[in-house]
Amino acid sequence: MVHGHFSGNSRMIAILAAAALGWAMGSTPSVNAAAWEPTKPVEFVIPAGTGGGADQMARLIQGIVAKHGLMKQSLIPVNRSGGAGAEGFLSVKAAKGDAHKIVITLSNLFTTPLATGVPFSYRDMTPVAMLALDQFVLWVNADTPYKTAKDYIEAVSKAGPNKFKMGGTGSRQEDQILTVSLEKATGTKFTYLPFKGGGDVAVQLVGKHVDSTVNNPIEAVAQWRAGTLRPLCVFDDTRMPYKQRVTATMSWHDIPTCAEAGVPTDYVMLRGIFMPPGVTQDQVNFYVELFRKVRETPEWKRFMEDGAFNQTFMSGKEYAAWVEKAERQHRELMKEAGFLAKP
Amino acid sequence: MSTEDQASPDKQAVIGNRAMEIIVALLLLAFGAVIAWTSFKLGAKWGDDGPQAGYFPFYIGVIIAISSVVTLVQALRGTTGQSRGTFVERGQLKQVLAVLIPAIVFVLAIQWFGIYLAATVYIAVFMIWLGQYAWWKAVLLGVTVSVCVYLMFEVWFKVALHKGSLYDPLSLIGL
Amino acid sequence: MEEINALMHGFSVALSPFNLLLMFVGVTLGVIIGVLPGLGGANGIAILLPLTFTMPPTSAIIMLSCIYWGALFGGAITSVLFNIPGEPWSVATTFDGYPMSQQGRAGEALTAAFTSSFIGAFVAVVMITFLAPLVAKFALKFGPPEFFSVYFLTFCSFIGMGKGSPWKTLTAMMLGFALAAVGMDTVTGQLRLTFGFHELMRGFDFLVAVIGLFGIGEILLSMEEGLKFSGSKARINMKVVIETWKKLPMYWLTYVRSCVIGCWMGITPGGATPASFMSYGVAKRMSPNGAQFGKGHIEGVVAPETAAHAAGTSALLPMLSLGIPGSPTAAVLLGGLLIWGLQPGPLLFVEKKEFVWGLIASMYLGNLAGLIIVLTCVPLFAAILRIPFSIVAPLIIVICAIGAFTVHNAMLDIWFMMFFGVVGYIFKKLDYPMAPMVLALVLGDRAEDSFRQAMLISQGNLSVFFSNWLVGGIMALGLVMLFWPLVNKLRGRA
Repeated sequence: MVHGHFSGNSRMIAILAAAALGWAMGSTPSVNAAAWEPTKPVEFVIPAGTGGGADQMARLIQGIVAKHGLMKQSLIPVNRSGGAGAEGFLSVKAAKGDAHKIVITLSNLFTTPLATGVPFSYRDMTPVAMLALDQFVLWVNADTPYKTAKDYIEAVSKAGPNKFKMGGTGSRQEDQILTVSLEKATGTKFTYLPFKGGGDVAVQLVGKHVDSTVNNPIEAVAQWRAGTLRPLCVFDDTRMPYKQRVTATMSWHDIPTCAEAGVPTDYVMLRGIFMPPGVTQDQVNFYVELFRKVRETPEWKRFMEDGAFNQTFMSGKEYAAWVEKAERQHRELMKEAGFLAKP
Repeated sequence: MSTEDQASPDKQAVIGNRAMEIIVALLLLAFGAVIAWTSFKLGAKWGDDGPQAGYFPFYIGVIIAISSVVTLVQALRGTTGQSRGTFVERGQLKQVLAVLIPAIVFVLAIQWFGIYLAATVYIAVFMIWLGQYAWWKAVLLGVTVSVCVYLMFEVWFKVALHKGSLYDPLSLIGL
Repeated sequence: MEEINALMHGFSVALSPFNLLLMFVGVTLGVIIGVLPGLGGANGIAILLPLTFTMPPTSAIIMLSCIYWGALFGGAITSVLFNIPGEPWSVATTFDGYPMSQQGRAGEALTAAFTSSFIGAFVAVVMITFLAPLVAKFALKFGPPEFFSVYFLTFCSFIGMGKGSPWKTLTAMMLGFALAAVGMDTVTGQLRLTFGFHELMRGFDFLVAVIGLFGIGEILLSMEEGLKFSGSKARINMKVVIETWKKLPMYWLTYVRSCVIGCWMGITPGGATPASFMSYGVAKRMSPNGAQFGKGHIEGVVAPETAAHAAGTSALLPMLSLGIPGSPTAAVLLGGLLIWGLQPGPLLFVEKKEFVWGLIASMYLGNLAGLIIVLTCVPLFAAILRIPFSIVAPLIIVICAIGAFTVHNAMLDIWFMMFFGVVGYIFKKLDYPMAPMVLALVLGDRAEDSFRQAMLISQGNLSVFFSNWLVGGIMALGLVMLFWPLVNKLRGRA
């Protein structure tokens, strides 16, 4: 509807004009026989609150789609964060056959049903595409003496149970799962402090109210660059690929993996897209193609680099298989940690 | 339905303050008890690392129950200042219901037919019935409001408002 | 001084005609967003964020922050006119703003609200300009025990204000807490008080309850009196602005107190909503006119509005200097910064000077623009009250329904709103006080979360709340506030 070369104010006017026009004429039904495309605005469900990682990504996508004119209809993000995202997923599950609704996921696709017993799973939805995988990094305050993950783990196991405080987002979700896997490596327990958002957690670490966090790169990068936080290791089996310097001396690639430090955990968070059940292959293909185009834009590439995302893209069977494997992994991890809901 | 026709039957009390106090206190008592009970089942002890999930809700429920018992006793003995006098007169209740019932129908209509049609009809009917406006004025205003709301939310702010669960009238005009 | 030079440069950036235009567009949009209950500042900015991707970052943030100022201003309008708080932080404004409007002093109340908002924001911006690095460090001192102490202080400064039955006050407050507890428990991830209904998982939103209790409840009450809105004799000319301004300097002490409370709560980050409640409570305690609060006293509008705006503005400081969102709106702005390729955080002031000082300059200008816009509209707003009730009432109910819906995009919330409307009507008639209930609803879960996080830290030891001078001091202040009425009573008897 609106193209990128408008300058700001003429753009506003253009939007208003287009809005008025659009209403006056009704949306022109341009059904192409060859391929399906949306005939009305698409609802983009975000199963998390405003300002979080999933929210940022969804709104970036909305902006990219509008700016580059990738879709005739607009994309409307809607936050449905209730019950750790269950509200959003349930609404998608219920919208059987509605191709004008997509949802962006985070790990709560797996953790929420397992931890609360709310009945939904990825099987209730149609997988579209994986956009990226978000990494987790173990952070400590830069004022502490721990230079490597090994130093820190040794200090924790020497101190004994409940002496070290780990801050994280939510309860029985990805951050706490990672904490439990660290506990296995240290042989002792952390005091896990749940907070509401990733931003809060990073701040609590800067203020030394907790001893370590497992923030996503994008949540803590500012503090790292300012020299107040220090990354110890990344919870993945390979290092992050970004070799450009982030601080004066280090790049994302210079952060060792936790496996190198003796914590054999690889855990990544899915940033993927799902649709309601019962949609046709044509409709799925439209969105796969749309997100392929989104990934080609410079804005998306810059965002990926800033947040040190793992840029794996998958769709179709490959993606479905990945999701299935991820769910099994979550079930095992959460079972071990004792986080499964009581039947 | 104007203010003038408050004839004597309209002055009759429908319900007294005392009776209303007792009803509300009983409802609150039940509410408090339910909260306390479900929280107790959830776990309402002070664990090793602070209170459990049901700890605070349990005591909240208990306090609601206790304080509504006190209010109940006060109302039964008629010691509160509120406990005499009428809660609502017949005429007043009529007026209140004249707003409340259409409002409830309005919400029901939103649920079934979406907010736009419901709002148009509601505003128009309210103006004709209670305000005695000419029907064309009422309909014009109702339609104008709905169109403004549509432009502002769906088009401008890109916020989708509720579409009907039974039938979406917007599909009729191709929106 | 370095700051002054940088600020002057900032003004030259912000003062381009295009940016000025954006400021006015932003403020106007913000006022609309603020007026519509449910569509809060955070939502509004999130919604409009993608529109700004094609602008240069400085222009984009100017427009978005102006939406934010506009929303802060706009929240007061419906609070004063219809007893419907457009935003959570304007709930306290209804306590005196609406009675004033019923007495035909809507213009006065609006002028006081807008002017106070401006003063609060202005003080906060001055603080941001000159004290940013210093003050930002203070924000880092706040861990869970400190947060709890702040919420504790807010409750204590507000308690004991009602005149009715203490048992009813207790019931109302506990009802608020109970509603706040519905949904998912942050600390354990368990579902509480949902009775197996998935719709209840997201909990009761404070705004839905408030729209019902205050807005719908008030319409039902005014129906009893017949088809009219009292306050329709409101004067509608600009003279009311000047007359109100003449009165305001009398309350300079309230302004000082409210600015301090607001800036402090914005930085910590407690947020604008607790700031407005605390400021109202403290003003009522401290002011010689305390007894007139709640009956349409202008100071009762000044105190919460000043603090809310000071808090809302200073909440941007931790965002800029630390990369910490001080409020939900700041969190969304933070997302915007990332999308424009800017990294908020300690280095922003060094690396993107032009952007930061352009933004700070736009805070001065945007607030001034906002004040001018809303003040010129005071007569217009006040004139709304002259519209016959049979037109206004359905409009209000429609807007309330939309507001309740947009909070969570949930149909069920509209039903809750109607339910709370009936509850509000009955409670008001039976003298159950609404303010403690609303306060408990808005702060209840946050207070509980920070209490239990603190308990996790200390392994269940309550002494954590007196473990250092900061948390101990705030707790002690809270206790003093709690027993203040008692002390006063004893003094009165002696």
